[in-house]
Amino acid sequence: MNPRVQSFFRTLAVLVFWLLVWAGAAALVGQELLLPSPVQTGRKLLELGGTAEFWLTVGKSVLRVLTGILAAVLGGILLALLTHRSSLCMALLSPLMTLVKSTPVASFIILALVWLGRGAVPVFIAALMVLPVVWANVTAGLRGIDAGLLELARVYELPRLRILRRITWPSVRPHLRAALRSALGLGWKAGIAAEVLTVPALSIGKRIYEAKLYLETTELFAWTAAVVLVSLAIEKLLLRLVGKESTHAGTE
Amino acid sequence: MLELNEVSLRFGDKQVLDGCTLCLKAGEHIALMGPSGCGKTTLLRVALGLQVPDGGTVRSKAERAAAVFQEPRLLPWRTAAENVNLVLSDGEETLPEAHAWLKRLELDDARDLYPAELSGGMQQRVSIARALAVLPALLVLDEPFKAMDSTLRERVMGLTAERVKDSALLLATHSEDEALALGCKVLRFS
Repeated sequence: MNPRVQSFFRTLAVLVFWLLVWAGAAALVGQELLLPSPVQTGRKLLELGGTAEFWLTVGKSVLRVLTGILAAVLGGILLALLTHRSSLCMALLSPLMTLVKSTPVASFIILALVWLGRGAVPVFIAALMVLPVVWANVTAGLRGIDAGLLELARVYELPRLRILRRITWPSVRPHLRAALRSALGLGWKAGIAAEVLTVPALSIGKRIYEAKLYLETTELFAWTAAVVLVSLAIEKLLLRLVGKESTHAGTE
Repeated sequence: MLELNEVSLRFGDKQVLDGCTLCLKAGEHIALMGPSGCGKTTLLRVALGLQVPDGGTVRSKAERAAAVFQEPRLLPWRTAAENVNLVLSDGEETLPEAHAWLKRLELDDARDLYPAELSGGMQQRVSIARALAVLPALLVLDEPFKAMDSTLRERVMGLTAERVKDSALLLATHSEDEALALGCKVLRFS
């Protein structure tokens, strides 16, 4: 069997296994209010998905969080280029990034709520979670560029753009992919958490907050499932934008 | 073409170069010979502008330089042909030229292979093809033929000698035969 097909069926089997575990647990508990079953959750998700408001809400949340993530990716790359060139910038920025990584996200959400408008908080929080990861990984990628190749470029007087396209980018790209892989989920979850605490209009966070408030556990599960599905879709999309992984230690 | 005057360089406690003077004109070929660690590679790096000396002056008028280092220095994410093409242009219009150079280096079947799929000797020949493809005014070779068998080495040396007969050549080697095959005057390091 084709390895891709084999891998697909394997993933499907794992998914079915955990859905069965969930269904078994829900049957044991026997109360939808405490633990709705996968069927009840799926039915609710389909019901919500049939409304325009659902898609508008998901769209607005995705837009907020993606704005933050993309800003952080660009900012992280630029800051990494800056700190790679200047040891002073590295000395100044490095502790700040460590601070951002070790501060609880809830503290930032409350602070951002004081500083910014409700709608801007999820954007800011998503960016804040992604920025240090992208910066650290791109910095590692820049540090890891083969000095021998850079000397080669110098001897042959290769133009700057060619060095960037043929040496720098392929060296940094695997690190950026790794950063996106680990930071996207983080940014998305933190963005939704910020929405739950700031409840901006038309947001998944607000719907999760309301579901909790009115003890609509099935709706809470349905929105959570939507969050997971959107997270997977964003990850696939952004990783595709950065390009395929290669078997030859990177690609262009 | 290349002028090194009273060049000296120290790494920590070790004086690697001490008042080296060398003048290389177009069409002139010089081989640096001497035991390992005597500073041949360091002198080549100084000549290429990759190492700044502590003292003395380096003047190069070579418009186009090329080098074959001890290690092949190939882009792992590009094929053999693309590695040669790297120094020719940023596009595909020069790929046939890269293919032709690989063919001359007896690597016709390897042009679409990645460095990891090539043997050490083949990788080194790709890096020689890359250096010869640019028709350098100054060619610097640092023990470039050591991973090749004797028959192949003779053919590659012949090709190199023919290509750079009007260029300045600086070769670091342990082999008198190589120096002879490339028409070099020998400078002995101690």
